Amino acid sequence: MNSMTSAVLDEGKVVLETRQLTKSFGGLVAVNSANYRFIERQAHAIIGPNGAGKSTFVNLLTGHFPPSSGEILFKGQRITDFPAHKVSRLGVGRSYQKTNVFPVFTCFENCRLAAQAQLPTSMRFLRPAAMYKEVNERADWALDLCGLKSRGDRVAGSMSYGEQRQLEIGMVLATGPEILVLDEPLAGMGKEESERMVGLLKDLARRFTLILIEHDMDAVFSIAEVLTVMVNGTVLESGPVETIRASKAVQDAYLGDGAEAY
Amino acid sequence: MDIWFFLIQVLNGLQYGLLLFLVASGLTLIFGIMGIINLAHGSFYMLGAYLTFWLLQSVDSLLLAIVLALPISAAVGYLIEALLVRVLYRRDHLDQVLLTYGLILIFNEAQRMLWGGDVHGIKVPAALDWSIPLTDTLSYPVYRMAISAVCAALAVGMYLVIQRTRFGMWIRAGASNRDMVAALGINVNLLFGAVFALGAVLAALSGAIAAPISSIGPGMGDTVLIICFVVVVIGGVGSIKGAFLGALLIGLADTFGKVLAPDFASFSVYAVMAAVLLVKPRGLFA
Amino acid sequence: MSRLPRSLSILLSVAIILLGAYPLFGDVLFPNKHAFLMQKLTGIMIMAVMAMSLDLLVGVAGLVSMGHAAFFGLGGYMLAMLSPEYSAANLWVVLPAALVVVAIASAMVGYLSIRTSGIYFIMVTLAFGQMGFYFFNDSKLAGGSDGAYIMVKPAVEILGVSLLNLGDKRTLYYVGLGALVGVYLLLRVVLASPFGRVVSAIGVNENRVRGLGFDPVAYKLLAFTIGGTIAGLAGFLAAIQYGFVNPATLSWHHSGEALVMVILGGMGTLFGPAIGAFVFELAKMGFESVTEHWLLPMGAMIIGIVLLLPKGVGGLLLQLFSGRSKMEGGQ
Repeated sequence: MNSMTSAVLDEGKVVLETRQLTKSFGGLVAVNSANYRFIERQAHAIIGPNGAGKSTFVNLLTGHFPPSSGEILFKGQRITDFPAHKVSRLGVGRSYQKTNVFPVFTCFENCRLAAQAQLPTSMRFLRPAAMYKEVNERADWALDLCGLKSRGDRVAGSMSYGEQRQLEIGMVLATGPEILVLDEPLAGMGKEESERMVGLLKDLARRFTLILIEHDMDAVFSIAEVLTVMVNGTVLESGPVETIRASKAVQDAYLGDGAEAY
Repeated sequence: MDIWFFLIQVLNGLQYGLLLFLVASGLTLIFGIMGIINLAHGSFYMLGAYLTFWLLQSVDSLLLAIVLALPISAAVGYLIEALLVRVLYRRDHLDQVLLTYGLILIFNEAQRMLWGGDVHGIKVPAALDWSIPLTDTLSYPVYRMAISAVCAALAVGMYLVIQRTRFGMWIRAGASNRDMVAALGINVNLLFGAVFALGAVLAALSGAIAAPISSIGPGMGDTVLIICFVVVVIGGVGSIKGAFLGALLIGLADTFGKVLAPDFASFSVYAVMAAVLLVKPRGLFA
Repeated sequence: MSRLPRSLSILLSVAIILLGAYPLFGDVLFPNKHAFLMQKLTGIMIMAVMAMSLDLLVGVAGLVSMGHAAFFGLGGYMLAMLSPEYSAANLWVVLPAALVVVAIASAMVGYLSIRTSGIYFIMVTLAFGQMGFYFFNDSKLAGGSDGAYIMVKPAVEILGVSLLNLGDKRTLYYVGLGALVGVYLLLRVVLASPFGRVVSAIGVNENRVRGLGFDPVAYKLLAFTIGGTIAGLAGFLAAIQYGFVNPATLSWHHSGEALVMVILGGMGTLFGPAIGAFVFELAKMGFESVTEHWLLPMGAMIIGIVLLLPKGVGGLLLQLFSGRSKMEGGQ
């Protein structure tokens, strides 16, 4: 039997697609024949219990791991074996579950570095990076969007955890992505920080194709349009948020205890 | 090249390779288990050779001198681990490189102060000082065969200890998870001290048994250290099996390099390393 | 690269001015040792160039190379091999030629080494460095293990008019100072450029840099090549100064010394490793004047630095002058 494919809400343009995508580590199959279709400008959340293979899936999607088999297509182009930097250049931006900013750079420098990805190449040696107008503008724009405009001069390592999570997303925005793959942006946040982040994510959902990995069910329900439940590396069920929320199978497998347990 | 000459070169290559394995295995064990890159490893090789040379001035038998040199080397190794290396477990490789580099300077200078800058030699013991005739003009020295036999026996012994004994199990566990070993109630400090001392003994033993067929002099530890790095890089860091096969490969490459292109003899081993890196950047057996 | 604290910049500038003035007042201060000290300082400034080039790899890009001296030595050997035996070589020919050869060699070594990381990288660079050592030690290309002499210093002429007489000790001193200041400024400029920002970020978190859309391999390889070429320049100048090259200039002990200078000075700060070169060489002079077994206190000093001063003199200075607890924004 063919594995289930993730659902799509009203036919739109498929921007990213996986076909029978599989990754195994030794004997362990982390992602098993995953079929996903992500539609332009749709907010698509992937949920599932710990160990369901969500993070591995993100790593496959963004070129951080090479898949064992299967295919990844970006706007119909086969990008299965593209390394991470090439995937990023195509417009698939990715944030990390673990905060991954450059702690010794200022907040603005973090975004400016990311914005350098807008240049055809950063193999430029003499003019200071600070003097590239379009790069600075892009960095400012990203800082503004992620809500850190006033924090530009702060050294990233000295900011609060919540702000570092925001910066994490700001950096992805600065690279100029079409698709945002966000790996648990709310992980480890307090209530107030979470609310601010959910506001940001809702805003982003209006502007970008959003692929969101998240445990916080309330947040997922308020942001996503399409929901896919991943269990044991495969798609268990997929559909509009309301449908999945009501699905018996999903409730048994995951929502029942999963949301609480986390 | 006639067949006997070729055979002798193969034997020489294997003998050198087996000796290198003995030194490199300590290096790779210490890295694999303790996560330490130890530049001073070659200094133990030098220490073994010089101790044997020094002890031979008081005792008659090479065997006895070697037997006496080993516990001294073990003690030096254990002390260095306890006093200095222990600080490095939570530090990065750069600090490890620098601290052990500082140790090399101290070892080299101590050697010069104790034994001077001259090059010395040790006689092959009379019982082993003969050759097996192969043809009218070619023969193979028994002492070299003895070296190969000792090294091969130790390789087998090491394999058995690591795979079959409780100590070996701890070593394997310590390599994968330091905290787990501590949780099992094993004294990690003692275990790591023992591993470091074992590495020191293996290197010192190699230096001692090689002394009669090579010269003892300043800088001898540095040379062997770098060749061992090449062996470990080829075999894969932390892999005993890799060290074994890498050492044989380098032993043969060096020996045949000397025969075929004497002007660039020292070059051949690096050429092998470069080739391996091109194909398998993490070593052949990582 | 962000700016240094103003007071620190002033301090460094004063140090450079004092260095610049030294040949003018040195014989008043040290009437007996002036010539010796001026030569010594020339050598130290050249080593400072070498230390800064290594800092680009170790402190900025996170590439712990133990084979950097190979490029230093190669630079010197190129001068020796390109110089005619009894007449002066043309600097405008031999310098570019030497640098191109060193650049190619560093790119080749870098290409192979950068495929590895961590402890592998250290061992591989050390081994390749030693390969360079044996190349000149065993072959008859340039005197083998005895080394080779450069009998006549290269001529610096434009249209037949001599600009500099490199045989003059004071001139050479200023050439060394010029190289020190020039390379420092050049590296500051490069580090502030888009390329430099990416390389600095790689030193902090390579994987994240990849995720942002940059291929770390290309950037690391280029940084390695730039660092190697600058080391080659230092070796070229050292060969002019001493009029002699030998395989020891490529050896891993020389690489180790450069690494000690970088750490001693404070890696990633660029000015720190230059200071480290001075502290290291002066300490060596001090130890040598006390005991012939100077390697003993030197070894102890290195161990002491690792244990007690992991951020080096430069880190200490930055802390002192900026009042910040971390080397924030620097590097």
